[in-house]
Amino acid sequence: MEFMKPGAFKDNARHALADENLRTAMTMLNAGMIPNRQGAVDRLPEFEKLSQQGRELKDHVLGHLDYYLERFERNCTAAGGHVHWCSTPEDARQAVLEICRSVDAKSVTKGKSMIAEEIHLNDFLEKHHIEPVETDLGEYIIQLAEEPPSHIIGPAIHKTKDQVSDLFLKHHAKLGRTERQTEPPAMVNEAREILRQKYFDADVGITGANYLIAETGSSIIVTNEGNGDLTQTLPKIHIVVTSLEKVVPTLEDATTFLRILARSATGQEFSAYTTISTGPRRADDVDGPSEYHVILLDNGRSAMLGSEVQDMLRCIRCGACMNHCPVYQSVGGHTYGTVYVGPMGAVLSPALLGVAETKHLPCASTMCGRCEEVCPVSIPLPRLLRQWREKQFEAGDGPSLERWGLSIWAFFATRPWLYDLGARMAMRGLAYLGRGKGRLSKLWFAGGWTDGRDLPAPEGQTFQERWRRQQRERALS
Amino acid sequence: MANQSTKTPVNVGLFATCLVDLFRPTVGFAAAQLIENTGCTVHVPEQTCCGQPAYNSGDSRHARQIARAVIEIFEDYDYVVVPSGSCGGMIAVHYPALLADDPDWSRRARALAAKTFELTAFLADVMKIDSLDADYDGTATYHDACAGLRELKVRDQPRELLASVENLQLTEMDETEACCGFGGTFCVKYGEISTDIVSRKTANVVKTGADLLLAGDLGCLLNIAGRLKREGSSVQVRHVAEVLAGMTDQIPAIGETAPEISGKTNGG
Repeated sequence: MEFMKPGAFKDNARHALADENLRTAMTMLNAGMIPNRQGAVDRLPEFEKLSQQGRELKDHVLGHLDYYLERFERNCTAAGGHVHWCSTPEDARQAVLEICRSVDAKSVTKGKSMIAEEIHLNDFLEKHHIEPVETDLGEYIIQLAEEPPSHIIGPAIHKTKDQVSDLFLKHHAKLGRTERQTEPPAMVNEAREILRQKYFDADVGITGANYLIAETGSSIIVTNEGNGDLTQTLPKIHIVVTSLEKVVPTLEDATTFLRILARSATGQEFSAYTTISTGPRRADDVDGPSEYHVILLDNGRSAMLGSEVQDMLRCIRCGACMNHCPVYQSVGGHTYGTVYVGPMGAVLSPALLGVAETKHLPCASTMCGRCEEVCPVSIPLPRLLRQWREKQFEAGDGPSLERWGLSIWAFFATRPWLYDLGARMAMRGLAYLGRGKGRLSKLWFAGGWTDGRDLPAPEGQTFQERWRRQQRERALS
Repeated sequence: MANQSTKTPVNVGLFATCLVDLFRPTVGFAAAQLIENTGCTVHVPEQTCCGQPAYNSGDSRHARQIARAVIEIFEDYDYVVVPSGSCGGMIAVHYPALLADDPDWSRRARALAAKTFELTAFLADVMKIDSLDADYDGTATYHDACAGLRELKVRDQPRELLASVENLQLTEMDETEACCGFGGTFCVKYGEISTDIVSRKTANVVKTGADLLLAGDLGCLLNIAGRLKREGSSVQVRHVAEVLAGMTDQIPAIGETAPEISGKTNGG
């Protein structure tokens, strides 16, 4: 399905704002996520300390990324695994395809992986006649709906329960499930039963990684459904599709992040399943894959090192920034037209896709700062959004009318006497237009404002004008 | 820090903000009166804007130019007081960052930042005001404007001050810390999204049953008042300084006219 592009952000937003199902789903999200996170954070007195530790750890790793990645590779290889260094999404897709072809794979099961989304792996596998089966419930739902994820931890968060019921009936009826399920437990069970055989049929299991452990060469995933475990232990081959910045020095370090990740993401103390994988199955293991591969994607990340947006590489993908973002809450994830959405997406996407392609994303923010406030690794998201705005401005990318307006405004703002004169005239004019009602309901040059709001009329004279007159009168009396 | 018993007067530069200057001069007079009541001398030097429109649009060259002009105008006062967390944050937090690369301007920016305060923070934290001569018979709810709240940690100060307004009842709304959707140029560039965000805010305002919405930032207030009026709500909207200074009789609420004035209009 051809999906919305980031360049069409405004049209996407209009579409989203008129989508009643989306509005219902987003209301549920807003009502749940914010208090859940706050509760979980409040219940852990050392949250702030852990968060600070996490931030410092990430900064340390980013300062020594080559060292930790090479250490990871050494230890992963020593445990019998294979590490594939991939500069581009194309490299990563090819690496996955070659591994799949080595066992003549017909189907692969997939745990949730944002990197797989980033490299558009499903479309690619389908083109090469390999069936990708999403096993995370949210990913499964959007795979059936042929949509991209709208949230980095809740990919189907934009769907209402009713929409999922319809979707399951439509797709499961041909598998003999002709009863429309409306209760979440029954819906989950139905999906599980359908997926069960797929786990056994798959030749390859693909997961992401929340963390890569340099000291042991392991990868860690966290899930709430246990689907990741089945995905990676049952098939012959386990492929971990991940990116450079996921590496942490030790297992101990990973626990610091695990304690803040679930709390920030879903308000859980801990995710239901935390699975550590180290290499393929050993001689005395009862189960596990016979091959273990790690696809290590760069895709612009190494270029972020040492740049103004390096702090973005600290991101642990909890999604708290989008849950608390007023813009995301209004328009949902699809409006962004990118794999990563919300504030973190608006900062990361220009680095991955280019500034021009994603020009709306850094601009469509009120800069309210709540994202930075809830970020468990203190990424200064508003500052980074502003960095991209500066880049756009320097490149002359903004709409010309806006640039023109801004330079006129700056001309006045840097000349107090001219500002004073212009302000007096403009405010008298506006006050005249708003006379009698105290507000204006239509203003030709400010439709963006007056389409949805009245414009309160100014008092008429400017403060400085009145103040100076008052001072003169005081002096005379 | 300020000692009212010393002979030297404490000189406060009032950075009125362009929105107050243009739309709501009464807020400037209310702020001036509140500051004067603490024994300080208020000065209003010729001024324009703090530079946020340029800064947030990525035009850092103009933003720096304006920042330097504001520093020159205000650096000789003992304090700079701003009836806005947003413009206050611009001076106190963003000017030093904006001018960090120039040693001399960086020093001057940091010096100005250190003595710049949002109005309620100045009254409560610096001047330690614990009583006011103000009366408002009604129930108010307070919206935490984003920059004041997150950049300047203004949360308790306006509430403490409002607690000493006679007959005023304060009731908190849900999500009081959520953005109102103003966002400077955002509200015009992404008007439909902004309208949707402010509608969540007005719903929370109306749900409290309060008859008055207060905040410390005129941008948010124009936005919320504009939406409430469009929705036909009777909730009044005012800058917190108007209530603290006891000036609510002097001017109709934001986006409204005094009953007698509208009466005249209807009659004419």
